[in-house]
Amino acid sequence: MNGSEAIVKCLLEEKVDVVFGYSGVAIAPFYDALGETNVKQILIRTEQNAAHCASGYARISGKVGVCAVTSGPGATNLITGIATAYADSIPLVCITGQVNSELIGSDVFQEADITGAAESFVKYSYLIRDVNDIPRIMKEAFYIANTGRKGPVLIDVPIDVQQQEISKFSYPEKINMRTYKPTVEGNAVQIKKVVKELAKATRPIICVGGGVHLSGAVDEIRKFVKDNCIPVVSTMMGIGVMASEDPYYFGMVGNNGRPCANRALNESDLLLMVGARVADRAVNRPDLITENKVLIHIDVDPAEIGKNAGPNIPLVGDIKHIFKKINEFEDKEDLIHERTEWIKTLNQYKVDMPEKRPEIDTDKYVDPMQFLQNLSRKLPKDAIYVADVGQNQIWSCRWHLVREGRFLTSGGMGTMGYSIPAAFGAKYAAPKKKVVAVMGDGAFQMSMMELSTMRQYGMNVALIVFNNGYLGMVREYQHYKLDDRYNMVELHNTPKLDKIAEAYEMKYLRASSQAEAEALIDELMKKDECVLCEVVVDPMDLAK
Amino acid sequence: MKRIYSVLVENHAGVLSKVAGLFSRRNFNIDSLVVGETNSKDVSCMTIVSSGDERTIEQIEKQLNKKLDVIKVKTFKESMSICRELTLLKVRYNRENRRDIMENCDIMKAQIVDMSKNMMIIQICDTPERVGVFIEMLRTVSIVEMARTGTVALTKCCEGDK
Repeated sequence: MNGSEAIVKCLLEEKVDVVFGYSGVAIAPFYDALGETNVKQILIRTEQNAAHCASGYARISGKVGVCAVTSGPGATNLITGIATAYADSIPLVCITGQVNSELIGSDVFQEADITGAAESFVKYSYLIRDVNDIPRIMKEAFYIANTGRKGPVLIDVPIDVQQQEISKFSYPEKINMRTYKPTVEGNAVQIKKVVKELAKATRPIICVGGGVHLSGAVDEIRKFVKDNCIPVVSTMMGIGVMASEDPYYFGMVGNNGRPCANRALNESDLLLMVGARVADRAVNRPDLITENKVLIHIDVDPAEIGKNAGPNIPLVGDIKHIFKKINEFEDKEDLIHERTEWIKTLNQYKVDMPEKRPEIDTDKYVDPMQFLQNLSRKLPKDAIYVADVGQNQIWSCRWHLVREGRFLTSGGMGTMGYSIPAAFGAKYAAPKKKVVAVMGDGAFQMSMMELSTMRQYGMNVALIVFNNGYLGMVREYQHYKLDDRYNMVELHNTPKLDKIAEAYEMKYLRASSQAEAEALIDELMKKDECVLCEVVVDPMDLAK
Repeated sequence: MKRIYSVLVENHAGVLSKVAGLFSRRNFNIDSLVVGETNSKDVSCMTIVSSGDERTIEQIEKQLNKKLDVIKVKTFKESMSICRELTLLKVRYNRENRRDIMENCDIMKAQIVDMSKNMMIIQICDTPERVGVFIEMLRTVSIVEMARTGTVALTKCCEGDK
């Protein structure tokens, strides 16, 4: 057995069923060995998207996403994808080919110091020097990626190591790392403190982040919310923890969030921050947050607690475990009445604080609000919705109604072009579910090469492109902050999307008025094939 | 506020760059950094002196702990520890100031470890503060070259190993 075969055997031990990637000489031995198995190989069209595909796959399957690319430019192209996964704590194992061990450091053809270059975007990285280390390293890599605060792990494998014979292959049963022992169970004393503090709060609120999805704790959170009568707001990554129309849910917080959600957060007397970073887009002045309320911060990563806001009660551990424990406490006492009043007040804010929308000429343009609301009502309940980055992302966060499905987006890094490859990965993980990717014309052109990947592997994803001929989010910023000086935001000569669809042999639908939009959605729902939808929106429309 | 971080790390290639990279990426200061082996061969000890406000100090410790090559982090104040720094100074001397220099060395317990007819190398091993004082004393003489190791430190015996 050689190194490549050993790596593949490890992938089988980890029950990997798909690898997204791009080949090249330095990774060819690996793919050669992979070809002997039933593991599906997905050849994407540029390496960055291999990581996004693996990310979409990981988020829907709950497994570690695996991608493998060649050395040098293949590896460096992957970096944005790795960084995107890192910012959203998505578990990936990324394998990169490397030049011959003896040549490392001599700047030979297609050599890049990828472990060095990716250092600040990975949870951990390995450069395999000895073929006999492969089983241990692979075992550790999957364990590291998918435990604690999840994230990408990079494994750089020189081509000679891929070809060397391994003396004895045995896949380790156990992990033995003295430097890595993530906390799972929350500290019992801290949990009691949380329960005690909760018992005093008449206006509590819980703010859920992406950590709840990553921990698989959606059911525990929903039970906690109902049992204790606590309203919920979310960060962008926490969308979908509560169904959008759940009576306890008040929307996304932050500068792009819902006004009533922000008001609810401000007026609460106790804030439970769960699996969220308290980052700048969600909380404007985190240092002031504890001025008028008790802050309880629950996260699996101790470094997140106190990084942006100093909590009154820190609690480190896995959210699912912690909420199972919290849900065991029975003293729900007599606060339910006051909390019902609090929720009533918040519901009034929902009515009193409608979202402002600019006037849209719906004979010439589609109103994204109406479009997205209609779309989400007509989508199957369990549809997977992938939003790209830009105005389309903010619109999606506001108006897409999650029911039993998922909402995916690049929240931390804000990587344009994420939606097409991530939707691909999501569809691969859940082939029976309807998957929709929503993006702007800018993001579309960053990833449209993957349309051929979709066709090649028969992934039937609905693509919706909001076309306004602008980088809308930046244009909006220039409108508000730079006196309408629109530099570097006009996208002219975008290829005709009908021709693009034709070139890729896809179905094409278009809407440039509200009436056409309704028809488009109805038509889209009938199709189970790759459809490219062009939705013309007003270039002057705003997300805020 | 000044803090000393005694960081036990796996003795792997690349660990130093990971730790140093963490400081620069997160905008933490490094006043000094010393790396060397410990009594166990596969463990190195990095002694890092850094400064910042309370939250920064806490973040440094947490972020260090997050690194997968870090085995243990101890954070302490200078007053809780025995700190030493080794410094070598190459100075130019002449007949007039030679005696002065030697007296200063005597007072500060520094040693002259090498000499030519117009240059000498002085070695001082002391607390960072006293090393600073000694260097100030030699400012009147022309210092040709100087190399400081940075601080190494262990917590005092009475502090125990918490």
